Amino acid sequence: MTKQEALFEYLLRRADDTLILGHRLSEWCGHGPILEEDIALTNLALDLVGQATELYQYAAKVEDKGRDEDDLAFLRLEREYKNVLLVEQTNGDFGKTIVRQFLFDHFQILLYERLMESKDEQIAAIAAKSIKEVKYHLKHSSEWVIRLGDGTEESHNRVQESVTDLSRFIDELFYQDEVDELLIKEGVACDTSEFRSTYDANIKAVLDEATLSLPKEKWQLDGGRKGIHSEHLGYLLAELQYVQRTHPGMEW
Amino acid sequence: MSKKEWPLWEVFIRSKQGLSHKHAGSLRAADAEMAIENARDVYTRRSEGISIWVVESEHVSASSPSEAGPLFEPANSKAYRHPTFYEVPDGIKHM
Amino acid sequence: MEKQDISKLERQFQEKIDNEIKIEPKDWMPDAYRETLIRQISQHAHSEIVGQLPEGNWVTRAPNLRRKAVLLAKIQDEAGHGLYLYSAVETLGADREETIDDLHSGKAKYSSIFNYPSLTWADMGMIGWLVDGAAIMNQVPLCRCSYGPYARAMVRVCKEESFHQRQGFEIVTKLAQGTPEQKEMAQESLNRWWWPALMMFGPSDKDSKHTAQSMAWKIKRHTNDELRQMFVDVTVPQAELIGLKVPDNDLKFNEETGHYDFGEINWDEFWQVVKGYGPCNKERVEARKKAKEEGMWIREAANAYAEKRANRKKAS
Repeated sequence: MTKQEALFEYLLRRADDTLILGHRLSEWCGHGPILEEDIALTNLALDLVGQATELYQYAAKVEDKGRDEDDLAFLRLEREYKNVLLVEQTNGDFGKTIVRQFLFDHFQILLYERLMESKDEQIAAIAAKSIKEVKYHLKHSSEWVIRLGDGTEESHNRVQESVTDLSRFIDELFYQDEVDELLIKEGVACDTSEFRSTYDANIKAVLDEATLSLPKEKWQLDGGRKGIHSEHLGYLLAELQYVQRTHPGMEW
Repeated sequence: MSKKEWPLWEVFIRSKQGLSHKHAGSLRAADAEMAIENARDVYTRRSEGISIWVVESEHVSASSPSEAGPLFEPANSKAYRHPTFYEVPDGIKHM
Repeated sequence: MEKQDISKLERQFQEKIDNEIKIEPKDWMPDAYRETLIRQISQHAHSEIVGQLPEGNWVTRAPNLRRKAVLLAKIQDEAGHGLYLYSAVETLGADREETIDDLHSGKAKYSSIFNYPSLTWADMGMIGWLVDGAAIMNQVPLCRCSYGPYARAMVRVCKEESFHQRQGFEIVTKLAQGTPEQKEMAQESLNRWWWPALMMFGPSDKDSKHTAQSMAWKIKRHTNDELRQMFVDVTVPQAELIGLKVPDNDLKFNEETGHYDFGEINWDEFWQVVKGYGPCNKERVEARKKAKEEGMWIREAANAYAEKRANRKKAS
């Protein structure tokens, strides 16, 4: 694997995470449980789609095969999407959406903090710009986890179930393979294992305050980084790609 | 089960350093943090602000329009509070 | 209050209106003025909120990243505008959630246009161009409405909405100048949206029961027919410029009046949709009801948490 190939793959993984999560959040648009939260969730979606756009633009440049950001976002096969399984999970109720966001935000902030120091200037710049957005996402999702966890009995039970359900996708956030190894050596990527314990401590602190807990059993899933997804992604892509696939090769 | 709605908050935004906070509107939120975040999303989507105040609407005391006369009209007859009240001879500068 | 006191207050009120002095929340106002405003502003707010739905229907299918972001931002604005308007309603002593319950029970109306389905990507363009175009036509004069909080909300809304119409027109233009397939998509969409867009201005003046009083109170500044004519006059040349045909065989520029003459609106269809029998009335209201019902446990949780925290603060 060349550095260029590794970098392309690395960028796709980052971009796909944000696009797919942004897409999921956009499904709430107009249906949010509270008007103010409808607006907030759309803001998160906008931030994430914006991050995805910058990452795909850079990935397209690195690949240098004449594809642009939209080709990458809209015209790959399901197996070629490299996002983690967590972000493609369905919205469920508002609590599940918040827990999914919470688990991802805490990862993304630690990742971007380190990527700001990347030797790759483009990655460093994207991370520096995005981290401000992520800080806000993190505050928003963490506060909601606490409100719902320490709210009523019903909200506690609901959100605890989502925590239990989604915790099986946590390890995959830290997945690394030869792509990462190569780029870590080059000083482009960061070693996620270095901040795993910080992540665990950070989410535990919030969960404690929310009177919630991670399940004891350590059942973990992965596959997303290799393009092996849950059954949910296919449907998401069917919508995402609908216009591009139905009317190929047109400008919109 | 309570069907209580979230309280109403009044939102004040400082649009830039050097200007005072100005009333922007209101919104519903369960607590102050939520009110600030909602205010950010609702009232500053186009970079309209750099600082937000929120206050629960029930804590705002307002003067009554029927008292507008006694409250504000006495000031109208006190023109000596305004610089234009005073005559300054022609040719005087920096005053 | 004595009868003569009320008539004096009413006279003072009307004098203020005639002198273009804004009415503010705590000022005395006739009950009918208050009720008219509550009805109109909450209808307007509901329209913004329900108006999110036909566009939300395409947000997951937007054809590229830029369009996706723009559409999201636009729909988000609509939620924001709904909020500005609900907050204006609350200054009149109405409760936001109660007005929303009226929407859900069918008691309160919203703009009928949103009871039409959005079936193709071109509809996103048409909604921006025609529906927002018509809305702006309606809203610009409302910035001078006699009720202060409504006028201020409209200033904000109009400022933000100028991009809505442009992004819609951009979508339509791109299609009209695209492949034959895309042009056909745009024309077909225009055929479906044109007449409902004209209906957005409400019944013709001779059938409009609220117009005269609303004009006297300066809540309204132009009649429905005047606004409709203004809309036709500016929109027809735009359609011609991008090579689309407005689906009205009677449409013709009248040299004498300087305006376009246009065909008769199907008022039966208009009243049918207003009464709740349009293609999507049921789906739209149900979607909003569902959102509110599903939000119940969340609102309760946030209240419970705020209460617990306040108690803990007190205890410590």
